[in-house]
Amino acid sequence: MKLTLRIWRQKNPRERGAFVTFPLADVSEHMSFLEMLDVLNESLIDKGQEPVAFDHDCREGICGACSLMINGYPHGPLPATTTCQLHMRHFKDGDVITVEPWRARAFPVLKDCVTDRSALDRIMQAGGFVSVRTGGTPDANALPIRKKEADLSMDAAACIGCGACVAACKNASAMLFVAAKVGQFAHLPQGQAERKERVRRMTGQMDKEGFGNCTNTYDCEGACPKQINRRFIAEMNRDFICAELTE
Amino acid sequence: MNLDAKIPSGPIQEKWDKHRFEMKLVNPANKRKFDVIVVGTGLAGASAAASLAELGYNVEAFCFNDSARRAHSIAAQGGINAAKNYPNDGDSIERLFYDTVKGGDFRAREANVYRLAQVSSAIIDQCVAQGVPFAREYGGLLDNRSFGGAQVSRTFYARGQTGQQLLLGAYGALMRQVGLGTVKMHVRTEMLDVVVVDGRARGIVVRDLTTGEIRSHAADAVVLATGGYANVFYLSTNAKACNVTAGERAYKRGAAFANPCFTPIHPTCIPRSGDYQSKLTLMSESLRNDGRGWVPKIRGDRRSPAQIPESERDYYLERKYPSYGNLAPRDISSRAAKEACDDGRGVGPGGYGVYLDFADAIGRLGQNVIAERYGNLFEMYERITGENPYQVPMRIYPAPHYAMGGLWVDYNLMSTIEGLHVLGEANFSDHGANRLGASALMQGLADGYFIIPYTIGHYFASNKLGKVKTDHAEFKRVEAEVRERIKRLTTANGKRTPDSFHRELGKIVWEKCGMARNEKGLKEALQQIPALREEFWKNLKLTGHSDDYNAVLEHAGRVADFLEFAELLCLDALMRTESCGGHFREESQMADGEAKRDDAGFSHATVWEYAGADKAPLLNKEPLTFETVKLAVRSYK
Repeated sequence: MKLTLRIWRQKNPRERGAFVTFPLADVSEHMSFLEMLDVLNESLIDKGQEPVAFDHDCREGICGACSLMINGYPHGPLPATTTCQLHMRHFKDGDVITVEPWRARAFPVLKDCVTDRSALDRIMQAGGFVSVRTGGTPDANALPIRKKEADLSMDAAACIGCGACVAACKNASAMLFVAAKVGQFAHLPQGQAERKERVRRMTGQMDKEGFGNCTNTYDCEGACPKQINRRFIAEMNRDFICAELTE
Repeated sequence: MNLDAKIPSGPIQEKWDKHRFEMKLVNPANKRKFDVIVVGTGLAGASAAASLAELGYNVEAFCFNDSARRAHSIAAQGGINAAKNYPNDGDSIERLFYDTVKGGDFRAREANVYRLAQVSSAIIDQCVAQGVPFAREYGGLLDNRSFGGAQVSRTFYARGQTGQQLLLGAYGALMRQVGLGTVKMHVRTEMLDVVVVDGRARGIVVRDLTTGEIRSHAADAVVLATGGYANVFYLSTNAKACNVTAGERAYKRGAAFANPCFTPIHPTCIPRSGDYQSKLTLMSESLRNDGRGWVPKIRGDRRSPAQIPESERDYYLERKYPSYGNLAPRDISSRAAKEACDDGRGVGPGGYGVYLDFADAIGRLGQNVIAERYGNLFEMYERITGENPYQVPMRIYPAPHYAMGGLWVDYNLMSTIEGLHVLGEANFSDHGANRLGASALMQGLADGYFIIPYTIGHYFASNKLGKVKTDHAEFKRVEAEVRERIKRLTTANGKRTPDSFHRELGKIVWEKCGMARNEKGLKEALQQIPALREEFWKNLKLTGHSDDYNAVLEHAGRVADFLEFAELLCLDALMRTESCGGHFREESQMADGEAKRDDAGFSHATVWEYAGADKAPLLNKEPLTFETVKLAVRSYK
């Protein structure tokens, strides 16, 4: 099929970017979206032009590196799918496809469609862990955990840290990301000792990084490639209020 | 080359405890005087960096991704082994040890494997304490499942994403230390060389992938946890950026490289669909329990599978291996698929695929049962191929997915360069010629959490290490070499992209040094690779600048190292005339096609020593002595 790609080009964080249009012919429906961009990039290098920069790595939907806004949807229009797992058969011959980076104040553009998502790492540094040292831990089966709680913890832990939730949100809020991390530990006995400090510190860091506030529109949940449930946002809010009132 | 593995004396059960007691310690107040560089933040690197920082060392950690959490350990699906014996089915340290040595076709170092089995249980304890949400039973205790190469259920798992959950545990521990200021984390930073001063690894030279800046970092010890080299085949199940650069650079600075030819092939991956294919996706081998493998009997038969009558189908595994059928061992079924495709009877685009047909199983058991067993895999397959495997047979093909070979290390995980330690997939130590499923995660975490924290202290306490800073002449010299190399890449004014060279290299290595290898093919590869390398440096085309974000330059540097490493890989495969584990030499097979080992000739690790540019590398051997296990023919019949 033949496509027209409108892709965001931006030289570096300081200069202004703009959309540039590229026609692309001979696109196979079996290509992944990123393979389609590979083909474009190879042709650009052949012509002596700089290829489009985009983050990617595992290409099997788990590393969370890929991060394109495709026709206004983070990771494209297919639900529960990362960009690397989106295939061209979901597009039609003659389509115009708009490709942009994540847009959020906390994710400055580094080049083209590559953004700096280190704010998510800094939120994790503020409390996204259980403070145990290596060694000296009790036997793994010394702590029975109700299966239902363990499963809920796993539901939250499935977050791949891609930032699609932030990109989808009109406020560029990171609530779903933070709630998933807080929720993973809130549902486990291992996470109880630091439960109050964790939610306060992580949300505090989230605010410092310049993410917006949550207004409960749940576009984040719709965009999440791992379908993290919005219930974790409600749970985090409750934890936060309890922590604020009692600490 | 002096290859002293420094294996402690005494009975195998007591070696590690004895060694831990005998190793020297660094006083808690003195630990802050030592700087450690950790390259790579996968399971091995993240767990090492966090554990060393907890002890009090100053750690600098490096990764080329935008976050430490994206290292390729994250993609592991199946699980992690540990000798917990929770199911009460007869598991023990001895059994895990034996299964691993046997699974590795008796080409691993006994003492290392025993230690791995010993610390395996503590890994699970550690991960649970960190809040890793392992699968549980209704009673609240941990669930286990069975995996290939074992008759006990010793695999712990977290849905289909055990790798991500374990890595998030280690990454959490690392982030905690970063927050405490004990680890300085450098993301989007790629190591391009090791700096050796007076025979000791004293630092690295890196490139900042955002700004292009070349800089040096000095330390008292360097830890490489930089993963495997399966991307030498271009198409593998590895992430796109996985590379051999750190290993190859260290090799050129004097770290010996062991058993590079030990690369396993996974039989059930989704085949490539065209020339644009960028990577391969692995699917669980459990599919072979209910799927029947077949290809058309007629060469070049392009009919859709439904139009091919039963009489014109070749159920090649059932025909060739009637007793095992579709459950023939990994390597045998992989090679059988390749033979059928090489014979022109492959299916799908390009003819490199075979059918795995569930029609019989669906007819016998019903679609619901199949959906319950394999629903998520069928969904993943449909997402990628656009075909519904309940209605049309799946197409599968084998693919490379791991590397057992790596930098040679002694019992302390130190390479042949003093002070340069190598962990996880990047070293060669524990899996011999073949790795069992769910053992990679175990090894990465064992090295990082429970081995390097002890052995690095012993290194510091046993040596007088003066401080070396990055203004030392050797740092300046290596930096200049790195800059010169980048300049050569950016000024080669040719016509071909780095990716086109990588694809061509991958094709050579896959065809001549892939699932089945023979002397003629390997010798051809050893002619083709240097020729391609020569063309690379003359005919390479790059865009952009070296002082900027430049993914093409990054890839070119990695391809340049693959082009050098591929030669070592093929040379190793040529020298090892026996078949063992993932290394199959067509000249050395049993009548039934099983690998034929040659214990008299090859019961050793081949350890390659760099001899200089344009010189053949020197072959050293580390003999493998088996005091505890008895060598036997590996058989799963």
